[in-house]
Amino acid sequence: MARTGFSITRLPGFGAIAIATFLMLYIPILTLVVFSFNAQASMSQWGGFSLQWYEAAYNNRQVRDVSIRSLWLAVVASGIATAVATLAALGTTRTSRFPGQTMIYALINQPLMVPEIVTGVALLIFFAAIKVQTGYTGMGYLVAAHTAFCIPFAYLPIKARLETMDLTLERAAADLYATSFQAFRHITLPLLMPGILAGFMLGFVISLDTVVITEFVKSAGQDTLPTYMLGQLRRQVTPEMNAIATLFLLLSLCAVTVFFLLSRKRA
Amino acid sequence: MAVRDLSPAGPAVRDEPVPPAAVADRHGWKWLLCAPALTILVFAASGPLLIVLVYSFLTPAGFGGVVWEFSTEAWFRVFLARDIFEPELLGPNRAHLAIFWRSVSLAFQTALICAVLGFPTAWFIATRPQRSRAVWLFLITIPFWTNLLIRTFAIQEVIRNQGLINTILLKAGAIEAPIQMLYTDFAILVGMAYVFLPLMVLPLYAAMDKLDIRLLEAGYDLYASRWRVLRHIVLPLVKPGFIAGSILVFIPAIGAYVTPRVLGGGRNMMLGNLIELQFGQGRNWPLGAALAMTLLIIVVATLVVYMRYVGRQEEGRRDG
Repeated sequence: MARTGFSITRLPGFGAIAIATFLMLYIPILTLVVFSFNAQASMSQWGGFSLQWYEAAYNNRQVRDVSIRSLWLAVVASGIATAVATLAALGTTRTSRFPGQTMIYALINQPLMVPEIVTGVALLIFFAAIKVQTGYTGMGYLVAAHTAFCIPFAYLPIKARLETMDLTLERAAADLYATSFQAFRHITLPLLMPGILAGFMLGFVISLDTVVITEFVKSAGQDTLPTYMLGQLRRQVTPEMNAIATLFLLLSLCAVTVFFLLSRKRA
Repeated sequence: MAVRDLSPAGPAVRDEPVPPAAVADRHGWKWLLCAPALTILVFAASGPLLIVLVYSFLTPAGFGGVVWEFSTEAWFRVFLARDIFEPELLGPNRAHLAIFWRSVSLAFQTALICAVLGFPTAWFIATRPQRSRAVWLFLITIPFWTNLLIRTFAIQEVIRNQGLINTILLKAGAIEAPIQMLYTDFAILVGMAYVFLPLMVLPLYAAMDKLDIRLLEAGYDLYASRWRVLRHIVLPLVKPGFIAGSILVFIPAIGAYVTPRVLGGGRNMMLGNLIELQFGQGRNWPLGAALAMTLLIIVVATLVVYMRYVGRQEEGRRDG
């Protein structure tokens, strides 16, 4: 649409509002990052550069515990979600419509539509009943809750990849007497891999991001990084929180960038 | 290999070997492949929703949890309250109604703010040269994929009494005392608009990207001003993007929990916080379940109305 000289698409004021919007999006985040390097305990007065808050965060036993738990949970939940989503994508793509397909789509996408608070309450009630019956209070509940929540996010890029994949290579393999499994193992799976990795990355980010569901499902001593932060935010906060948030941001940013690079790769 | 006729063209074209990935075509296979995912989803997402429905018709136990006795009391209490002195008298539950009203109106205002800011932003991106467009789009998506809690925290830092805005205003001498913004409805509104804005920009951009620029030029050639072109050509054409964006913002906004909890303070509750209260201090699980179901009904109803609209749009396109 861009052209020099007269252009009907140039609307006075729109550019200014757009730039202001971009600034509004980034200024709070940048402020947060900048003040994580503040030598003072203030979050509005600059007192020189320092890494003390990173050191404080690193030496904070609780922060280390919840960070490791968050990462572990994100890897496990997204791993399981990606595995089952890959199978589901293979089952629902490249077939003609079949009875029950709409139901499968609805089930897979359900976590996207139901407000997190409702899912959180539902899991609280359900898991409380199981806890009473079995006495089990381990991480299994959080893994199950996060996995279910990650499935739609892992499913979408995998399905997209499958739908745009070239079928001729698989036909060629079949013509050359590859069994279904061989063709899948040596042709389909490698071609699908970027989609699977993208799905994993997305699931990973979503699991790291999930706070409401975790808040309702966790048992005592099962805080994740987000629920720990949520608990801290209502108190007086020091720039240590900025340092934690900055590291957290960096991690998400890496995962999202990898996701974008993977999903842009041509099939 | 038994070849099933699954292509619309009929069996004649399916003489070639079936591609291996099409094993899923054999009946039963697709269900087997979907089974693990569906099991997890039924166990930890859909199934528990039915239990919430059941719990909303039970009697609360004093210490949290429920007594297995059928009761419609929780559903009455969603909108109604019993008179303290005469329990037979039912009146409107003003506290709940206020929270419902705040949730709906804040969600609506959030969508409105997102639309006002999102339209010029999407337009700006859509009119960039092809190559820089991807960069601008990426800039919009990045905040969306970064932690919602962190973004809320960032906003909290900016609007606090000792935050960025108040500090700057105080130094500039524009105000004498910090303006109390945190823990108000205004803070919730700013926070929600901030975190949900990308959900408005992306569908708007998608609609603008498809816009045929020649239509705009034709309008201009016929002596319409830029603003008339915008009003009579652009807006009607990007309306589906507006509506999709508004739905995408409205739904998470009405169910918001984190933003009002962090920015709203204890008194400025939204529906999500009211629900949580019943499972915490309130210790009234059936009422919490009924409130959660009410929220779910609002969300599903919004989606159904939207689907109807999309259906009508597509029908219109086919007929036209």
